[in-house]
Amino acid sequence: MYRIKELTIEKIIFLCGIITILFILLIFIFLLKEGLSFFKTVSITEFIFGKNWYPVSEPAQFGILPLILGSLLVTLLATIISVPVGIGSAIYIAEIAPLWLKDILKAFIELLAGIPSVVLGFVGMVTLAPLIKDLFGLSTGLTAFTGSVMLAFMAMPTIVSIAEDALYAVPKTYKEAAFALGATRWQTIYKIIIPTASSGILAAVMLGIGRVIGETMAVMMLTGNSACIPKSIFDPVRTLTATIANEMGEAVVGSQHYFALFAIGIVLFLISFLINIIADIFLHKKR
Amino acid sequence: MNPIREEKIAFFFLFLSTLLVVIPVGLIILIIIKNGLTAISWEFLTDVPRAGMRQGGIFPAIVGTIYLVLGAIIFALPLGVFSAIYLNEYSKKNILSRLIRLAIINLAGVPSVVYGLFGLSLFVIFFKFGTSIISGSLTLGIMILPLIITSTQEALQTVPKEFREVSLSLGLTKWQTIRRVVLPSALPGIITGAILGIARAAGETAPLLFTVAAFYLPHLPKSIFDQAMALPYHLYVISTQIPNIGENIRYGTALVLLTLVLGINLFAIILRIRLRHKKRW
Repeated sequence: MYRIKELTIEKIIFLCGIITILFILLIFIFLLKEGLSFFKTVSITEFIFGKNWYPVSEPAQFGILPLILGSLLVTLLATIISVPVGIGSAIYIAEIAPLWLKDILKAFIELLAGIPSVVLGFVGMVTLAPLIKDLFGLSTGLTAFTGSVMLAFMAMPTIVSIAEDALYAVPKTYKEAAFALGATRWQTIYKIIIPTASSGILAAVMLGIGRVIGETMAVMMLTGNSACIPKSIFDPVRTLTATIANEMGEAVVGSQHYFALFAIGIVLFLISFLINIIADIFLHKKR
Repeated sequence: MNPIREEKIAFFFLFLSTLLVVIPVGLIILIIIKNGLTAISWEFLTDVPRAGMRQGGIFPAIVGTIYLVLGAIIFALPLGVFSAIYLNEYSKKNILSRLIRLAIINLAGVPSVVYGLFGLSLFVIFFKFGTSIISGSLTLGIMILPLIITSTQEALQTVPKEFREVSLSLGLTKWQTIRRVVLPSALPGIITGAILGIARAAGETAPLLFTVAAFYLPHLPKSIFDQAMALPYHLYVISTQIPNIGENIRYGTALVLLTLVLGINLFAIILRIRLRHKKRW
């Protein structure tokens, strides 16, 4: 009797154990199921390199190059802002801040991670956008730059916490050896600790980038939603994620437009898959 | 340059970058509290939206979010806990456990709007649930699954090996050991993870866009197959789609959402700190 119960429970636990594999496969299969129909009529090159995204005009054009460039531009800008600042704060929190301050700073980072992206989007619309509009004398404050600033901010919790973990994991003996040789704290940090923690820091950067590319709500509310190829960082743009979020509500189920949005979903899924695998390799690199 | 001077300059810049992260967090929260408080009233919290959402309250959105989050956690908690039990107590280090770990990492990294697409194609269309609370709850549930699994695993890892050995040596089976010894010891950590999952689900918008969200629904949902309003989606709608709406209604909605999500987070954090002090071993 006990044996049967034990075996049944073990089977159930095993099924739950592999359910994440099932879900990730299901997501991919269902994206493919809807997205692949799109490529019956439009070729992959036309889709990726097409310069016009006019999904509802006659004839419709489904080129996602402007959306890819939009995503790339905001991601690049956000990375440029968030990586130095994020890694700087991680170093400060891990190595320099006194213990009491450390806890407070970490609480703030955790708080930031908790703020919903739609709230950050809203705050950005009412504070950041007018500020950027006035500061640079633009006709609208909703630009690639505005979105990037908020995205950089949203990537902070990921970058700071993972980089801090990596710095913290550096063996204490390394530090003590450097001190014993007469190095200052700063020399120890940038000559010993940062190089030792570099693969973890790289993982932090990758995951930060992943966070930025996948962000939807704030970026949709702040970048001005214009599916044109951007000429400057102060142009409105539209990202891959924002396009799906914006247009799926109006796309008729089973239409070419609907399938095209799923095809964009496949692109996003593959990008995030790649980034996560690379980050994981960095994270588990044996020293 | 003198190494001491160099160190001072470097530390100053590192401190500056920390301020650049921390100060805006404080500012954002302060701005929302300051501007949002004027909108908060009993009526705002318990009335339905009126006059094209320009007046009245946000009650249906609050209720909708509560339903969605409850549904998500009911779905994700048992699955996540069992999955973590498998990984921590049963699985061996082999290809399968590596694959599972990769799946968890990737599930955590899938963009939220892609979850929305998935929920639309699987639950709304394939299972014919329609745009409904159940479609949204299941989508959110899968989204928070990695979080629940990881936090449960961490909790299980803190249970000392001796607990299991003693129990097994007394003749209990493996499952009895897990149920009577391991799980009770790990429970506080599991609960903390579940609460963090709830907070995450309560704040998400993108997965709801095509699975549940009703733009405007001035009554409460009657069953899990009904559409519902949701607080984050409502904030998105009134911030971008409705012109000439009072600024204080937007701030008020943002404040309610922020209080809800950060409140739940704070609860989990306090719980974690208190349990750490209480630990008996």
